Amino acid sequence: MSPELIQAAADNRWAAIAPELSLGCLALLLLVLEIFLPKNRQSIIPTVAITGQIGLLLGFVWNLRYGPFVAYETFSGLIRHTQEGQFMRGFFMLTSILVCILGVIALAKQKLPKVEFFAITLVVSAAMMLLAQSNHFVLFFVALETVTVGFYILVSYFRTSPLSLEAGLKYLITGALSSAILLFGIVLLYGVAGNPTLPGSSSDSMNFNALRVFLEANPDNFLASVGIVFVLAGVAFKIGAVPFQIWIPDVYQGAPTPVTAFLAVASKAAGFSVLLILTKNVFGSYQTLLVPVLSVMAIATILFGNLAALTQHNVKRLIGLSGVSHAGYLLIAVIAAATEPLAAGAVYFYLFAYLLASFAVFGVMTHVAGANDADQDLEHYTGLAKTHPFLGAILAIGLGSLAGIPPLAGFMGKLLIFIAAFKAGLYTLLAVAIVGVVVSIYYYFGWIKAAYFSTWTAPLLEGETDTRPARTPVSLTAGMTLGLLAAATIVLGFYQGALGEWLLAR
Amino acid sequence: MFSHLLLLSIAAPLLAAVVIASGIPVRFAKSVAVFGFSLPALIALHAWYHFPVGIGGDYAYLTAYNTGLHELGINLSLGLNGISLPLFVLAGLVGLAAGLYAIQSGAERIKTYLALLLVMQAGLMGVFASVDIFFFYFFHELALIPTFIMVGIWGGKDRGYAAMKMTIYLTAGAMLSLLGLIAIYVKSGAENFDLITLRHAVLENGIAAGVQTYIFGLLMFGFGILVSLWPLHTWAPLGYGAAPSSAAMLHAGVLKKFGLYGLVQIAVPLLPSGAAHWVQPLAWLAVAGNILVIGFITIAQRDLKQMVGYSSVMHMGYAFLGVATLSSVGAGGVVLMMVAHGLSVALLFLLSTSVYHRTQTFDLNEMGGLAQKTPVLAAFFVTATMASIGLPGLANFWGELTIFVAAWTFSPLLTALAISGVIISAIYGLRAAAKVFFGQPTEALTKVLAAQPATDLRWSEKLPALILIAALFFIGFWPKSLSNPLNDALESVYSAKVITAAAGQ
Repeated sequence: MSPELIQAAADNRWAAIAPELSLGCLALLLLVLEIFLPKNRQSIIPTVAITGQIGLLLGFVWNLRYGPFVAYETFSGLIRHTQEGQFMRGFFMLTSILVCILGVIALAKQKLPKVEFFAITLVVSAAMMLLAQSNHFVLFFVALETVTVGFYILVSYFRTSPLSLEAGLKYLITGALSSAILLFGIVLLYGVAGNPTLPGSSSDSMNFNALRVFLEANPDNFLASVGIVFVLAGVAFKIGAVPFQIWIPDVYQGAPTPVTAFLAVASKAAGFSVLLILTKNVFGSYQTLLVPVLSVMAIATILFGNLAALTQHNVKRLIGLSGVSHAGYLLIAVIAAATEPLAAGAVYFYLFAYLLASFAVFGVMTHVAGANDADQDLEHYTGLAKTHPFLGAILAIGLGSLAGIPPLAGFMGKLLIFIAAFKAGLYTLLAVAIVGVVVSIYYYFGWIKAAYFSTWTAPLLEGETDTRPARTPVSLTAGMTLGLLAAATIVLGFYQGALGEWLLAR
Repeated sequence: MFSHLLLLSIAAPLLAAVVIASGIPVRFAKSVAVFGFSLPALIALHAWYHFPVGIGGDYAYLTAYNTGLHELGINLSLGLNGISLPLFVLAGLVGLAAGLYAIQSGAERIKTYLALLLVMQAGLMGVFASVDIFFFYFFHELALIPTFIMVGIWGGKDRGYAAMKMTIYLTAGAMLSLLGLIAIYVKSGAENFDLITLRHAVLENGIAAGVQTYIFGLLMFGFGILVSLWPLHTWAPLGYGAAPSSAAMLHAGVLKKFGLYGLVQIAVPLLPSGAAHWVQPLAWLAVAGNILVIGFITIAQRDLKQMVGYSSVMHMGYAFLGVATLSSVGAGGVVLMMVAHGLSVALLFLLSTSVYHRTQTFDLNEMGGLAQKTPVLAAFFVTATMASIGLPGLANFWGELTIFVAAWTFSPLLTALAISGVIISAIYGLRAAAKVFFGQPTEALTKVLAAQPATDLRWSEKLPALILIAALFFIGFWPKSLSNPLNDALESVYSAKVITAAAGQ
């Protein structure tokens, strides 16, 4: 280690986690404002949350040019600052902003306290940012639990809706189970790597560097293998990979739409950034174990996600299950990342494209949904393109990108993954992925069909009311956000520019 | 500016589509669309007229743009060689005709319709101008997506089913071809999607024969689905039957040629021994399946548009046979045939729709005697039918003749069977023309005509048809204008080394 590096590691450089700290402070500020502002002025709190975060994101991007603390470890090796970590930090700040914008629209339809939603969202995002940079199982677990506990509240936030409460309970139980499995895996690794009779053991065996050294010295330790599999299982819960996807449809349906988006994008991305850190660096010497486990998982995930999504009529369940299949494609890239440096870049690009497309779709969903947030049927989209051409166009672009149709960003993500998988020689996985993509066309296209192609609907008889919820008018902020998301999706499909060069440079 | 002409031919229609989508009044939208369709056509004709002589297989007008994936060997590099030039011209001309026909069609939501058609046009120009095989694929998909939407919104009967079926089939085909293209990229060792670099890499190192077999198989079936190789063709007649006329013109006329062009320009020259492994199944599927089976099915059709759709599937059989000969003569025949078929099938779709507007039906049994009311339409239709059959003097003749000559050395039996297909196409073509235009009008038609007397083609319909007919005659009488650059390119692309590699298998 270089002298500065040791120096940086020795002391607690609070400046290194300034973005996370500021997000936390902003969350506290929102709560303070709620206490001190008069009731009729409280409507500015969401605006404070959103503008504050946009300011933080801009400041963060501005600072990025100096590459602050990159390649350093701070807080006695708890945190490791990497380029990828910087990317994920920006990623989570962006999702947080988007979730807040969707939250404003969705909360307006409910009679519920509003401020806590934003405060919790900010704290969860800060925890995810730390998670993506963790270099130690202690920080890893604490950050992960902060995220999960925050989500318990967010998922059941619409407490007047039984489905939301049910979703919260389901998430709590399955989440607790997965945390237990994860913790068990961590303890096994800690114990075996701290065993002084084995070569390469360490007194700080939860540190990723120490653990890597130990695993390299003991390439086929049984206890360590069990520990690795358990840790992977815990992460698989976050990304929604088979067989830990079982919670997804119900929780996605019950959770408020902005929270569903948060789960679908940020939670999944956090899982993948952690998975990449673990499989590429820490568990790198256990490829013979990782590759079969992850391959079986990827195949099952792609097939299950796509086949289960085929029969869904509730769009929240549909997008949840389609998200499962996206986790499968990403797992392919994670496997390929062991041998192909390009694959890691592909994961980040894919996640970014997925963010843009998903939020475009979720944005349309929040506008189409009524007061009963869990009831969002494909039928509600009939004729959307005729009555709301803007929402129709955004929906088509978002779904097209998720389906991986050129010239949209989602296609480039899939292409990069395919190229990486080809280079790594993962032909079986590729074949499964192709089948999955073709199957997925059916349900994505079915959704577009519902919105675009005029299907006959029974005219309303006298005294009958339309059972479909009224569509929310698009506000200026929401319109601009959705427009930007769609435009970015198209532009990234044509022109990847600096982002593409940065991602492929590693 | 001059060096960016090819980029302009792609950007102009895209730009026009954006302008139209931004919500300008319909009147302006139509003028913008005229601009967006004619500029690529003019650029195509310009590129054709100024195409340099004697450059062999090299590319003219070569330009490259970095889009951010340079590290991966992906650049937007545009250029034309003798093989892509004829198809580039085809895309420009058919695009202009389809565009003009759409502008006068009076379709519902016409602005969206024109915008989608313009996006499709941009994709078509891009497909044949791309030197980079990634962008070759990319532009194909760009053109394909609007097709699905147009079938779904403006389609005829069964449009929902047809759109869904087309989407799933064509996505499957596109995915297989994408895998094949990535395989070439990885296995050639060039790690570059640029066709020129790939050719050099393959000539120097070659790809192992066993690997070539797999890759060519992927490409053959992937492209095969896209070009409606029997028995993977079922999306085509259904889709064309449902598609609005301009979308059918562009898809059947130009976009479908993507797969054949890919085989001629990329797959066979880069994977000669892989191709040699597959030629027998390919040729048999093409002749027995596409030409004979589909030929008889076409005879049995009673619906004019379905008939045109099936006939286009059938004609693809000749093209596949030409590819299977693995010779420069055969490949040249395929390219000429693609151009001719593209022009004639687009013309047939256009005229069928014009017939429909006068008879209110596509059912051949409910028509008759239309020639007395609409002599010009009848004359145009008969010309298109003659072209489609392959009458000398029209473009199709040269393509088919060349393919038969090349096929004779490949397999006399298959050639004889394929030539008998010409008789089949004469039967259905002439019978359709006779049923629509000659004889006595049926009772049903008399009623329709009494309610709404048939008028002959208006100038707005005549103009796009005339563009296509003029091109058919021009190439029919002066094929050299296309075949000279084509020969040049083929001699170098299908060099002795490639042919021996194929023969050595």
